[in-house]
Amino acid sequence: MSLHSSNLDTLYRQVIMDHYKNPRNRGDLEGETLHINMNNPTCGDRIQLQLKVEDGKISDAKFLGEGCSISLSSASMMTEVVKGRPVEEALEMSNIFSQMMQGEDYDDETYELGDIEALQGVTKFPARIKCATLAWKAMEKGLNEDDHN
Amino acid sequence: MDVKEIRKQFPILDQDVNGKPLVYLDSAATSQKPLQVIEAVDDYYRRYNSNVHRGVHTLGSLATDAYEGAREKVRSFIHAASTQEIIFTRGTTTAINMVAESYGKSVLKDGDEIVLTQMEHHSNIIPWQQTAKATGAKLKYIPMQEDGTLSLEDVKNTITSHTKIVAITNVSNVLGTINPIKEITKIAHGHGAVTVVDGAQTVPHMKVDVQELDCDFFAFSAHKMVGPTGIGVLYGKKQLLENMEPVEFGGEMIDFVDLHDSTWKELPWKFEGGTPIIAGAIGLGAAIDFLEDVGMDNIAAHEKKLVDYACSKLEEVEGITTYGPEKRAGLITFNIDTVHPHDVATVLDSEGIAVRAGHHCAQPLMKWLDVTATARASFYLYNTLEEIDAFAEGLIKTKEYFGDVFA
Repeated sequence: MSLHSSNLDTLYRQVIMDHYKNPRNRGDLEGETLHINMNNPTCGDRIQLQLKVEDGKISDAKFLGEGCSISLSSASMMTEVVKGRPVEEALEMSNIFSQMMQGEDYDDETYELGDIEALQGVTKFPARIKCATLAWKAMEKGLNEDDHN
Repeated sequence: MDVKEIRKQFPILDQDVNGKPLVYLDSAATSQKPLQVIEAVDDYYRRYNSNVHRGVHTLGSLATDAYEGAREKVRSFIHAASTQEIIFTRGTTTAINMVAESYGKSVLKDGDEIVLTQMEHHSNIIPWQQTAKATGAKLKYIPMQEDGTLSLEDVKNTITSHTKIVAITNVSNVLGTINPIKEITKIAHGHGAVTVVDGAQTVPHMKVDVQELDCDFFAFSAHKMVGPTGIGVLYGKKQLLENMEPVEFGGEMIDFVDLHDSTWKELPWKFEGGTPIIAGAIGLGAAIDFLEDVGMDNIAAHEKKLVDYACSKLEEVEGITTYGPEKRAGLITFNIDTVHPHDVATVLDSEGIAVRAGHHCAQPLMKWLDVTATARASFYLYNTLEEIDAFAEGLIKTKEYFGDVFA
């Protein structure tokens, strides 16, 4: 009696479930870091993102928080791809991700998007787009408010 | 009560969602509307749309009669003593805000207490937080029993001679707890305090008699009781309303206007500034007619059957936690182990089943339950036992689906 909904399967791709079950970069960072708390007030999901920015680069990223499979897997993927990247590039990737979520054409060549593209299925579930963008919005907020840049 | 016949009155229910027949289990968020209500609103706009209480033309009289006729229907439905005690508002939230703003700010002083419970909807917490900040009053919460009910002992211990306002929900939109408003009001009155009751989850589902409850203010929304959105009611005892200042000023609510001062109309119109929600009130009147035709006792009995059946079905599914007392209104809030409520709602939606997931505008209650979110299925007169079977089946599929991906 298992479900055979292709739409559901595009939402819950194996790779998403893998990030949900085994989140990368979950935990606390030591030392001086940017702390960003963000929540999705309509549903109660919350993320605490920590970014270490050194010489214009995100040298490390970790997150804590509670949420659904989509918000937590997206946070896991986001921290994975921005780690080691210049701030500017991370913000560009966030733009690309936002375009992807809005179902617009997006640049898939400049950066290696990897696992992130698995989240494309979210666009078919408009109510869940906010789940996917939560961690990215937190990252943008942290970097934009950071006076070191 | 013939549910099959009732369903025919709700055109929206007869559709497929994601390839499956719609199973609408989110009536606590908003109910569906019967043809009678849709047509009453349509008829007003087609035949006699006109402003009320002004002018002398025929359409204006028709509109005024229908608008004031709706007020009488509301009065009779909740058994208020007079239509002067029935104020049309935008909904429950606006009604409570009006009491907090007008009554609260004029009565409360530094050191006074406003007593609430932790099961309140945000709309019965935040207006009081704001009023407390403005007046120096402090908020106190009646503790909850482990099963999500209140004990009268705790009520007695929380309400003191400093308490001026007790703001409490009649039925919890999350736990389904039915609070003993009559008894609480008695205790409050014993200390000279008034009660402000959130009736949003009560009026649609069971008989309400505000004189029997003896509460001082009672608020509810039309859209949860098969009526339109954008209209609700504030009931208030006449002697209290008479001494209260309006919250909104402008047209419609005035008696005489001078360059430097004005006087207000009598009750209830002094609280209805601006062109009122005419179509909404007429739709609410039609909703009350519809509910009375079915019979509130029949509706309550039907919902009890549904919720008892749903509870027994959910008990059969392993790994489901439900929240709330045994004796509950027609809703059931739950979580499935290892699956986040959003994911539960999305998988159920793919089966055509609409449930609510999130914090249900009750973050302090989520904290008390020690969860960040829950899923909720809520029932109404048009739901069937077969739909609950589909719901239970959907939950099993959800568990299996996530079981598969995790495997």
